[in-house]
Amino acid sequence: MRLLKLVPDNTNIRFIRWQWPTTVVSALLMIASFVLLYTQGLNLGVDFVGGQMIRVTFTQSHEAPVAVLRGEIEKLGYGEPIIQTFGAPNAISIRLRLPEGSDKTAGLADAMTRKITGTIKAAHADARVDGVDSVSGKVSNELGWTAFKALGFASIAISIYIWFRFEWQFGVGALLSLVHDVTLTLGLFALTQMEFDLTIVAAVLTVIGYSLNDTIVVYDRIRENLKKFRKMPLAELLDLSVNETLHRTVMTSATILITLTALLVLGPRVIFGFSAALILGIFVATYSSIYAAAPMLIWLNVTSKSFVPTETELDRQERLARERS
Amino acid sequence: MLDFPRWKQAWFWFLTLFAAVAALPSLFSLANARWPDALPNPVIHLGLDLAGGSHILLEANPDQVTRQRLETMEESVRTKMRLASPAIRIGDISSKDGKLSFMLDDPTKVDVVRDLVQPLTSGAGLTGQRDWDIQIADGSRFVMTPTKAGIDLAVSQAMDTATEVVRKRIDALGTREPTIIRQGADRIVVQVPGLKDPAALKSLLGQTAKLEFKLVDTTASPSDIAQGIAPPGSQIVPYADPTKSGVTAIAVKRLGGIKGDQLTNAQQTNDQRNNEPVVSITFDQQGGAKFAKLTTENVNRPFAIILDGKVLSAPNINEPILGGSAQISGSFTVESANQLAIALRSGALPVDLRVIEERSVGPDLGADSIRKGIIAMLVGTIAILVLIALSYGRFGLYADFALVINVLMILGIMAIANVSLTLPGIAGFVLTIGAAVDANVLINERIREERRRGRKVMQAVEFGYKEASRTIFDANITHIIAATLMFAFGSGPIKGFAVVLMIGIVTSVFTAVYLTRMWVALWLRKARPADLNI
Repeated sequence: MRLLKLVPDNTNIRFIRWQWPTTVVSALLMIASFVLLYTQGLNLGVDFVGGQMIRVTFTQSHEAPVAVLRGEIEKLGYGEPIIQTFGAPNAISIRLRLPEGSDKTAGLADAMTRKITGTIKAAHADARVDGVDSVSGKVSNELGWTAFKALGFASIAISIYIWFRFEWQFGVGALLSLVHDVTLTLGLFALTQMEFDLTIVAAVLTVIGYSLNDTIVVYDRIRENLKKFRKMPLAELLDLSVNETLHRTVMTSATILITLTALLVLGPRVIFGFSAALILGIFVATYSSIYAAAPMLIWLNVTSKSFVPTETELDRQERLARERS
Repeated sequence: MLDFPRWKQAWFWFLTLFAAVAALPSLFSLANARWPDALPNPVIHLGLDLAGGSHILLEANPDQVTRQRLETMEESVRTKMRLASPAIRIGDISSKDGKLSFMLDDPTKVDVVRDLVQPLTSGAGLTGQRDWDIQIADGSRFVMTPTKAGIDLAVSQAMDTATEVVRKRIDALGTREPTIIRQGADRIVVQVPGLKDPAALKSLLGQTAKLEFKLVDTTASPSDIAQGIAPPGSQIVPYADPTKSGVTAIAVKRLGGIKGDQLTNAQQTNDQRNNEPVVSITFDQQGGAKFAKLTTENVNRPFAIILDGKVLSAPNINEPILGGSAQISGSFTVESANQLAIALRSGALPVDLRVIEERSVGPDLGADSIRKGIIAMLVGTIAILVLIALSYGRFGLYADFALVINVLMILGIMAIANVSLTLPGIAGFVLTIGAAVDANVLINERIREERRRGRKVMQAVEFGYKEASRTIFDANITHIIAATLMFAFGSGPIKGFAVVLMIGIVTSVFTAVYLTRMWVALWLRKARPADLNI
């Protein structure tokens, strides 16, 4: 039986030749992401800014009456709601700030929930309240901080590990390509204004994990080839390493993208944003392991000497003894 | 490579079988099939985001504990002074700024008073630390300040009690499998699966249910009360329902009342006169005796029934109430009377609890999530299995088997270790399946490569596993590092993700590297192929 090959054997694509154009593209995309993050910002969910989110599905309608709802809720005097569909056109999330003083007086947030859900149910017979998230400012600050700590510590610890296992250039390379992947993923969230909540943080963590996995596979091959072909120019060696691992890269990305596409298309609508974030992140991570992680090593000046074991005192004595005899 | 001792084989098969069996009950329950009751039944629990239910985070307000302690201390000091012989007169008692201060009428008694008060301040703990510091200013003013250690201990004890009270109240609602955990110094997490009406639960938990009976200070003029000025020794308490009582507040004597915490029962009943819902309470023996004393000594005077700092009603004591039971009225609905009865039965909360985070997922959305989640996972997994089998032939089939066992192992371990599956957990699942597939892809690609370079079959396979294992090891260590840190520093969803990732990494290395290696070795030994179709 002839086996399926997503990439032909013995490819010799000269990836590194394109390192400058791709670097420019990467840099531009990163700048664009930063600009978007600065100007538009992330559409932070109640997890991070506090407030109340009510999820409603209109079971008999094709599309949720967003404009009508906005008017109805504004009349209640809790401020202007953010209403977004999620997953399906007839499912929406309504976000509002918690009423003034709700951190002191119990029951204010509850009263708000009851008023809003009551109004919606009275006006729309097919409205089904699917969930309420109510997060006080205190908790949202903590959630934001813990998410940030978890992301930061994990990234740094992994880079240190790679530094120990490989060389410092690899650790820096891995960390920078990770920053690249996370920035672009966040930039996309700023661009599309999809809601950014704790679940998306889990998605970003997955992207980090995947990005590192990819980077390590390529780096591992580079290290092996550096030891094997000491005379080969670095650019050529990087090309060889990337080509050798290309089938694996494509194959693994393909399998994980298949699972994620299934989750996106068939999965629960609660995780639509989550699956979308992952798919984008995986694309970026695959690209960066080839075009950011590998060329980075050229700029950081990795040579095959990086892996030549340095002579210990014992070695020196042995060598001298050999030379004398 | 071919050397695979029998004990190792047996051990691998045992682990595989064990995981598969452990996963069976969960698979049955996901497919809505019946699992025989007689067999052990470790089913994987679904998180609230999937199963529907409520997650409520409560935070205590420790101010109440400190205020309560000041009050108790004030009463103790007064009693001590009164009982001393001869009685010592003190005045200008105040409990402002969290400190208790009082003045001696006779400054020469400072040492006597110090000796009397000192025993009240020793801590309950074994550390010998004092709960209160005593300072004497101007020769005759005592200032008692609670120490930090004393407050911490009191808050901690109050939180223990509060957790118990919360448990009792939730049990009284008849919900199934609630989780109630104390978190940190001043928080309680409550998780109740499959709850239809979280509002009722929240209002029940938010109710402190501190019931007090205090005498009304009839000397206070209505205009003073309206301005919030209370006569000495009294305090102004607002009415819970001013529209019904006609006045907004009332003055009550600060001391000399009794608390409604010594109850044996509380029930929602109807008032026989006007058929309004009321709460009937029954005191225990001690409480009944106190209540009888209070009502006997104050016939024909009004007393206020105060719940959580608000007056419910202030009826006149027409006759001594000696039977040890009473009725509380105060514009209740049947529902709110019932709630109060539950709250009183389970005891008052020693601290005010406030909901600072709530997440409720309706059962419909949860059911939708599970169904679609399972379909998506099945379709995704089957597609992967086909792709791998097509790409690597026999080796692909081994990888496929390993992948299926990996999924079963993760489910089995989660069921046994009682880890709930949440949406972020599904993300972790996807990542580990990705990692498992990646391991096999790495191994098989390497074998392919070594064959192309002209190595013999055995050597190529051996080399493939050896070289790929190093990469797989590095990649998975980084995952473990990430997962550990996320678990240590992350909150809710991130933790859920990290746990599944940790379990999954271990099982995927076992299945994708070791299990497939055993199968490949056994096959090579038997078939001795001259070439590999890979």
